[in-house]
Amino acid sequence: MATSTTATGRAAGPRPAGTADPGPTPRRQRLRTLLYRLDSKGSPYLLVAPFFLVFAAFGLYPLLYTGWLSLHKVSLYNVNNSQWVGLQNYSDLFSGSLSRFFWNALGNTLTLGLLSTVPQLVMALGLAHLLNYKLRGRTFLRTALLAPYATSVAAATLVFALIFSPEGGMANWVLHLFGIGPLNWEAGHWSSQFAIALIVTWRWTGYNALIYLAAMQAVPGDLYEAAAIDGANRLRQFWHVTVPALRPTILFTAVVSTIGATQLFGEPFLFGGQSGHQGGADNQYETLGVLMYDQGFRHSMLGRASAIAWSMFALLLLLGLVNTLIARRLRRD
Amino acid sequence: MTDRQRTRRAGRTHHAGPVTYLVLGLVAVASLFPLYWTLVAASSDAHRVVQSPPPLLPGSNLFKNLAYVWHNAGGRGMGVALLNSTLVAGSVTIGTVAFSLLAGFAFAKLRFAGRGVLMGLVVATLAVPAQLSVVPLFILMKRLGLANHLTALILPTLVTAFGVFFMRQFLVQALPTELLEAARTDGANSLRIVWHVVVPIARPAMAVLGMLTFVQSWNDFLWPIIAMNGATNPTVQVALAGLGTGWSTDWSVIMAGALIGTLPLLLVFLLFGRHIVGGITQGAVKG
Repeated sequence: MATSTTATGRAAGPRPAGTADPGPTPRRQRLRTLLYRLDSKGSPYLLVAPFFLVFAAFGLYPLLYTGWLSLHKVSLYNVNNSQWVGLQNYSDLFSGSLSRFFWNALGNTLTLGLLSTVPQLVMALGLAHLLNYKLRGRTFLRTALLAPYATSVAAATLVFALIFSPEGGMANWVLHLFGIGPLNWEAGHWSSQFAIALIVTWRWTGYNALIYLAAMQAVPGDLYEAAAIDGANRLRQFWHVTVPALRPTILFTAVVSTIGATQLFGEPFLFGGQSGHQGGADNQYETLGVLMYDQGFRHSMLGRASAIAWSMFALLLLLGLVNTLIARRLRRD
Repeated sequence: MTDRQRTRRAGRTHHAGPVTYLVLGLVAVASLFPLYWTLVAASSDAHRVVQSPPPLLPGSNLFKNLAYVWHNAGGRGMGVALLNSTLVAGSVTIGTVAFSLLAGFAFAKLRFAGRGVLMGLVVATLAVPAQLSVVPLFILMKRLGLANHLTALILPTLVTAFGVFFMRQFLVQALPTELLEAARTDGANSLRIVWHVVVPIARPAMAVLGMLTFVQSWNDFLWPIIAMNGATNPTVQVALAGLGTGWSTDWSVIMAGALIGTLPLLLVFLLFGRHIVGGITQGAVKG
């Protein structure tokens, strides 16, 4: 690749402009053919090179290096000095001193993932269906639905932490209107997870609804007409025409949401607010991402953090496999 | 309007009923309320923000709170953080759009050995989250002497698999192969072709990718709080994290920070929201 790169660099340099120059000599003709061939053979590699260089340096190399680090003991403050410990970090996680936190964080990641993705995608599908009607104020509605997407994790989590605050938070005031006593949202296991799932849902439902909407608008109208002639009402049309046509899009959003859910970090990191407990005082909403940050960058054990990162990677592959199996099953039905 | 679109419209004359409007209206309110509440809280003071019943209209403290976080939040103030975030997100956006365009063009329209394998690699890396690599990335940046430098935030996302994929999907359809062949016959080399043929056609997709990238980079969280650990040189998100985890106990001040951090994007969004909506749907459906 390196040789073709330099060759193209030369080919791209100054050359006779235009085709109108009178009768090129055979030598110039040959030179031009050569330059042309170098350009057409070499330049594709030159064009894709930046992506692969960045990916190799900041994507692939760190990912593999994470695996290597996970077999070492490395301190945050002395990164050049690593000590081989074999599978020690992993056994710490799975059955040793850290196992209580690891399995707890894994469980939280899964429950938070389910709570935040499943209702989100179902609601997005319903909303897209409604947005697909002829509507007044369509642009306003779409923009309003997408505004949470433009809000950062930090800003969104902070405002929801205020809303769910035990002292004068709006959520408790609303509960009070219905005669339900004040809840300490952040301290409870399920109440905190509900609140965090709500932040994720708030940020991403509109985004997914618009993706579904675009896919719905690409469904040919004749399909609906045929279904209508067969006597299918609108609900049946939704189930038997819209949903099957949207299957690839639904799969796409499910994969993206699953990846996002395994990485969940900002919301549980900031939800505790000033309490200073990232992930909750009893780790009631600590996810794998938060645990990784905690081990690596607060307890300065980078080897352990790397082992957690690779566990997350394994989890992702596993979920990807499950996703594929479900998709194949659905296709067969 | 094409014929197909006309049939679709003809088959879809259903107007929305009152229930549809009611549901969508409620969802719009739910989407916008937390943002409005940020404004109300940011314009209150420490007591008003947590009073019961909650105040529903903005208070009179907005500029006092804004000025305070502008100078004080996150070590060097929200002002510096805004500048830093703008620099980072701006550089990342320019890099991603330019490099994605080049690679996307090559994958869409040029024939070369190994194209299929390399494109497969791009698609495979789409699914690998960058979060998994933060530990070695931190070590790498420390060795390069870039920890706590904005460069550490720019380099890793200078071009993304998503960008390459997005551009490829757009150019496969939008760029006529005959046009490229004509340009080649006229003796144009690859650089001239990119500049004079590909860029003019790709301009709308470049704008959309640019906006998506800017939003994503501006809102990036985990890597900045690791790389900018010292908080002497924060981005908006780092400053907000510091603000929300103990630096201040006054909710109205915290919300003023959140407001400053959110407003620039909301502004971009109000101006170009329509295109962003188009871009999101375009990228997803073709993928």
